[in-house]
Amino acid sequence: MSHVLDLIGLKKTFNAGTVNEKTALDGLNLHLQEGDFVTVIGGNGAGKSTMLNAIAGTWFVDEGSIRIDDIDVTRLSEHKRAKYLGRVFQDPMTGTAASMQIEENLALAARRGARRTLKIGITNKERAFYKEQLQILDLGLENRLTTGVGLLSGGQRQALTLLMATLQKPRLLLLDEHTAALDPKTAAKVLDATDRIVKKDNLTTIMITHNMKDAIAHGNRLVMMHEGRIIYDVSGEEKKKLTVADLLHKFEEVSGGEFANDRMILS
Amino acid sequence: MNIGTLLNALPGACAQGLIWGIMAIGVYLTYRILDLADLTVDGTMCTGGAVCIMMMLNGHSVWLSLLVAFLAGMLAGMVTGLLHTFLGIPAILAGILTQLGLYSVNLRILGNKANQAINVDKYNLLISLRYIKNVAFYKNSILIVAVVTIILIAVLYWFFGTELGCSIRATGANAGMSKAQGINTDFNKVLGLMISNGIVAFASALYAQYQGFADVNAGRGAIVIGLAAVIIGQVVFGWIHANFACKLLFVSFGAIIYYLVLQVVMWFGLNTNDLKLISALVVAAFLAIPHLKEKYFGKKIKKGGESRA
Repeated sequence: MSHVLDLIGLKKTFNAGTVNEKTALDGLNLHLQEGDFVTVIGGNGAGKSTMLNAIAGTWFVDEGSIRIDDIDVTRLSEHKRAKYLGRVFQDPMTGTAASMQIEENLALAARRGARRTLKIGITNKERAFYKEQLQILDLGLENRLTTGVGLLSGGQRQALTLLMATLQKPRLLLLDEHTAALDPKTAAKVLDATDRIVKKDNLTTIMITHNMKDAIAHGNRLVMMHEGRIIYDVSGEEKKKLTVADLLHKFEEVSGGEFANDRMILS
Repeated sequence: MNIGTLLNALPGACAQGLIWGIMAIGVYLTYRILDLADLTVDGTMCTGGAVCIMMMLNGHSVWLSLLVAFLAGMLAGMVTGLLHTFLGIPAILAGILTQLGLYSVNLRILGNKANQAINVDKYNLLISLRYIKNVAFYKNSILIVAVVTIILIAVLYWFFGTELGCSIRATGANAGMSKAQGINTDFNKVLGLMISNGIVAFASALYAQYQGFADVNAGRGAIVIGLAAVIIGQVVFGWIHANFACKLLFVSFGAIIYYLVLQVVMWFGLNTNDLKLISALVVAAFLAIPHLKEKYFGKKIKKGGESRA
């Protein structure tokens, strides 16, 4: 069975040759099957976001190759790669255009991967479809199509970004701590919507989280990163049996017993 | 100080304001939509006029001359755009470089002269300061420029509602998000700069006809006048909840207000040599107002906070 995503020996060093030199990815390998929903955990600087940015093409990696559906995208520019990818970022401000309306944002996302022509930007048929889709989020946005996105709350913007990322079904959905900036109640709502959308379209997904409970509760596979590599990869039944204590233990083992990561929520 | 002199000068100020309004619409596209400060316009505000006048002196029709002037402006915009995107030079510096280079280019276009005059009686000009009073109404320059402005706004309103136009707006609004949605932001920036400078050069071509000559210094400080129009339009009409077409119209009104105020100031007996200093001060003041308002009088405007999640 061919893979949706192959990361082979990825290496990336920032600020090479300066005092701030930082090896963010150090020979990273990861292979995803169709329909895999992988949660990613790891301490600060483990390379989690760097991995997603490498896949998305924010910059090019120093070494290694990235394949999506067996197509080599290692040297493909960010906007060209976007046709395979749906992305939701940690900062709710990042994923939407604040000065544009909800329906305009959705229309931009619906054309991901398509050539932008001189045809009208939003048709009435689309509006009805967007309304339907916004209902799935259950946030009351379906009656506010022409509201400026800048007027929405962080949670609403994140949910909208999630919808935008999946409106045009992506081969791979990249979620970069997309609930980290939200209050617990809103975070739960957005996570809930994530599960529903991923399940509905059977999307292959990578979700970074700093919440171990979430990492265990969601998805069919869990990987732990440390110093730019994957050091623990568990899936299926074995993952279902995992507990937070197991993960903490594992983490202490690899980081030499020193567990000082205040961003990990231990509850 | 005779009020008659002032009243006499107002129609001319109106026509000038309308022409600069077109130029300011070009500035609006980069400054507000693409979120770039493009200084190329100081050069293109001369290039368009130079191209138009030289072509007409060489026997071409006014329409063809206007078209080529527009294309010349687009070319200048493309140079700035490529310097910025392809070569990674900061936008403001890219604009300054193009503008500086254009000075020599403009002189070449003008046949190595600082200015070239065109005789309104010998050539069939679209507009002229002679066609303000005592002409048939359909030949009145104010009317013609007003119609041109409305057509331009209609075309821009259509364009920025298309898929491509929307993607340009998104590029200016949030470049990161645009890339994630598969939008080629570099291409869009270049395209936006081309359209903007094309419009500015077109305005320049109209202005040269209006004055009856093209001048190599015509564009000096053009960006400031353009920004002044954008900002005056926003301050005076900003409270009206308006669509995109109306916002462009307000820019044009802003330019007209700018020239009417200028006319009044001159009527008070101010030295015209001081005009640029006054323009700069006025624009600085208007640019500072939103900042000062927020800093000293403001409730902070919240852009969607957790409190409403």
